Amino acid sequence: MSSHAAAAHYTSTGLDNRKLGMWTFIGSECLLFGTLISTYLVYEGRSVTGPTTHEILNIPVTSVSTFDLLMSSLAMVMALAAVERGDKLWARMWLAATAGLGLIFLGFQVYEFVTFVHEGLTLQTNLFGSTFFVLTGFHGGHVLIGVIWLLTLLVRSFQGKLGPDKALQVEIAGLYWHFVDVVWIVIFTVVYLIQTS
Amino acid sequence: MATTAAQHAPLAAVAGPTGLWSWITTTDHKRIGILYGVTAFAFFLIGGLEALLLRAQLATPNGRLLDADTYNQMFTMHGTTMVFLAFMPLAAAFFNFVVPLQIGARDVAFPRLNAFSYWVFLFGGLFMNASFLFGAAPDGGWFGYVNLTSKQYSPGLNIDFWVLGLAILGTASLVAAVNFIVTIINMRAPGMRLMRMPVFTWMTLVTQFLVLTAFPVITVGLVFLMFDRFFGTNFYNAVAGGDLLLWQHLFWLFGHPEVYILILPAMGIVSEVLPTFSRKPLFGYAVVVYSGVLIGFMGWGVWAHHMFSVGLGPIADSVFGAATMLIAIPTGVKIFNWIGTMWGGRIDLKTPMLFAIGFVAMFIIGGLSGIMHASPPTDLQQTDTYFVVAHFHYVLFGGGIMGLFAGMYYWWPKAFGRLLDEGLGRWHWILIVIGLNLSFFPMHFIGLLGMPRRVYNYDPELGLGFLNMMSTVGAFIIGASTLVFVYNIWVTAKRARSASANPWNAPTLEWSISSPPPVYNFSVLPEVRSRLPLWREDGLSRIPDVPPEPVHVPGGSYWPIVAAFGQLVIAVGAIARVLPIVLAGVAVLVISIYFWAFEPFEV
Repeated sequence: MSSHAAAAHYTSTGLDNRKLGMWTFIGSECLLFGTLISTYLVYEGRSVTGPTTHEILNIPVTSVSTFDLLMSSLAMVMALAAVERGDKLWARMWLAATAGLGLIFLGFQVYEFVTFVHEGLTLQTNLFGSTFFVLTGFHGGHVLIGVIWLLTLLVRSFQGKLGPDKALQVEIAGLYWHFVDVVWIVIFTVVYLIQTS
Repeated sequence: MATTAAQHAPLAAVAGPTGLWSWITTTDHKRIGILYGVTAFAFFLIGGLEALLLRAQLATPNGRLLDADTYNQMFTMHGTTMVFLAFMPLAAAFFNFVVPLQIGARDVAFPRLNAFSYWVFLFGGLFMNASFLFGAAPDGGWFGYVNLTSKQYSPGLNIDFWVLGLAILGTASLVAAVNFIVTIINMRAPGMRLMRMPVFTWMTLVTQFLVLTAFPVITVGLVFLMFDRFFGTNFYNAVAGGDLLLWQHLFWLFGHPEVYILILPAMGIVSEVLPTFSRKPLFGYAVVVYSGVLIGFMGWGVWAHHMFSVGLGPIADSVFGAATMLIAIPTGVKIFNWIGTMWGGRIDLKTPMLFAIGFVAMFIIGGLSGIMHASPPTDLQQTDTYFVVAHFHYVLFGGGIMGLFAGMYYWWPKAFGRLLDEGLGRWHWILIVIGLNLSFFPMHFIGLLGMPRRVYNYDPELGLGFLNMMSTVGAFIIGASTLVFVYNIWVTAKRARSASANPWNAPTLEWSISSPPPVYNFSVLPEVRSRLPLWREDGLSRIPDVPPEPVHVPGGSYWPIVAAFGQLVIAVGAIARVLPIVLAGVAVLVISIYFWAFEPFEV
């Protein structure tokens, strides 16, 4: 069966279709987040009412969640390495760690959103509220999809269906996860660290 | 392994399953191509009917057929339908049917995603047109400028249908873009190097990169509008400091690449048809390919020429004006190459060739008026008048639709095993050429004499009654030509399948296998040794009629249509403003994605 599958999967570049497909999709996602981030920057400082950036953004807290998300990328790398060498225990540990760190990041985001709403910043308050919540919300949605994907892989591992021959599935999930992580680095930099208003 | 081989015995695979269920669950790129073609042609007829209503209203001054609101809905739906529901999916029909055959593949990279794209497109089109049932068809123009489309000025469901419909259709296009980019880059037969690919496949690749990069931009623009309308955000709210130009920039950042998304496939088709019927290889193949790629790149740097009249300032206007004129260079290169291909060739004026020549001639007229309004001062005189309508109908109808018809006549025997009738084809061509020139040429004058676009009535004292009547008569001649085409399909369908594998004696790979092709396309993976494999001695390895060993053909799947249905339910819930329906749609989508991912399906 495997030889048959290998023959069916001849490709011109030698790359698996699914992997090339994920890279292509990530190319499209760059434009999606590029547009969201550009809009945020164009509208920065144009709100006619407060609260805006420096009155409300909490850099120390968000630095912790940023560190948390960065570490999840490390865990993702470790998970892929463990799956590739067929180490079931550590594959599960690292997959769980990656998903867990992602969940912690989402927890921080929920905390941040709730705090902001209590401090009087909603989607409707001003331009900053609209652009900030939609940009970070879109990112959070991507993280959520990534967490669900990772948990699915974890379940597959417990079912014994994530051997070294399935490492590509983990690699593709990893591509997505790292991309979402990189997008956050950009968002953290331009939204939190470089405040022009 | 043994059971798998038995299930996919060659003879069983040749015929393929039949019946409605087999079409609903199909993942065969040829069948999906036909589904795209039939659906898109139906929407083309609807969009054409809307155009005829518009023209009937404008035939005489102070027309009484449509009131102002209905007229707004008609021109909005005419534009939206033609761009998103007729033109793009008709091109997708060709991508689906032709590209895998041209590169020597047995299917696209992701057959189930391909089916998903089609069903999402179908549901998106039905959703958009369902607005008529509620008397609330979109009425903000195909460009949907804010704040005309904001909740404050368009409180009805009209714009909600438009925003949600386009968001659905965008998904279909994006998914298809990923699929075809991977297919073309990764699924080429041995020896099919990039610079051996047929020009149609090349232009498909460029088009899909434009879709991949342009659609996320409009998606974000639509999300902003959706949030403004549904949740009261401030993206396009001038009172809160929002900028109405943001929408225009986002829309045209997508909208101009979209123009090339429409025309490049037609250019690709013409680049296949002209060499075949001139009995000569395409003149300057590499230059035609590079010009297409260059048009793709430059198409991203000219969007603000749609916005000269908003006052972006002299520097922006100059840069975008100059960039727009620059695009004329690769476009002109292509035109000269097409003429060079015909020059000295042994020209055979079959119907596909007539349409291809029509494309070149009409596209030149549209291209020239395009260069005219590349200049900002000239554009200020022409913008929002019928001159612009004349321009883009020459490009998109005279050019684009003629090119797509060339493709239909050309690949019809490959798809259905029957050649369309030549005599009726000629009548179709003659009527369409007369009709479109009669309809669109006077619009240049109508516009320059001062008649604005998108206005449902005009004063008899303008003196434009005669020209408008000419234009209306032309439009109805185009309508008649379409009926001739439909009749041609009907007549042809009753004939016996008699087309040979290569009825036009064409050079490219899709003509090396029977018409229509077997389910598995190629009995063995072909080995390509030439850019014109069927015109060169030893250009192609031998392809046996019967597969020497069993060919694996993927079975069907119904999860793509279920997943697409989930998306439709989400949109229905959103327009009804009922959260449980939206959540039910999400549940259907998520569940079907899981079943899809874990069902046994081997490509």
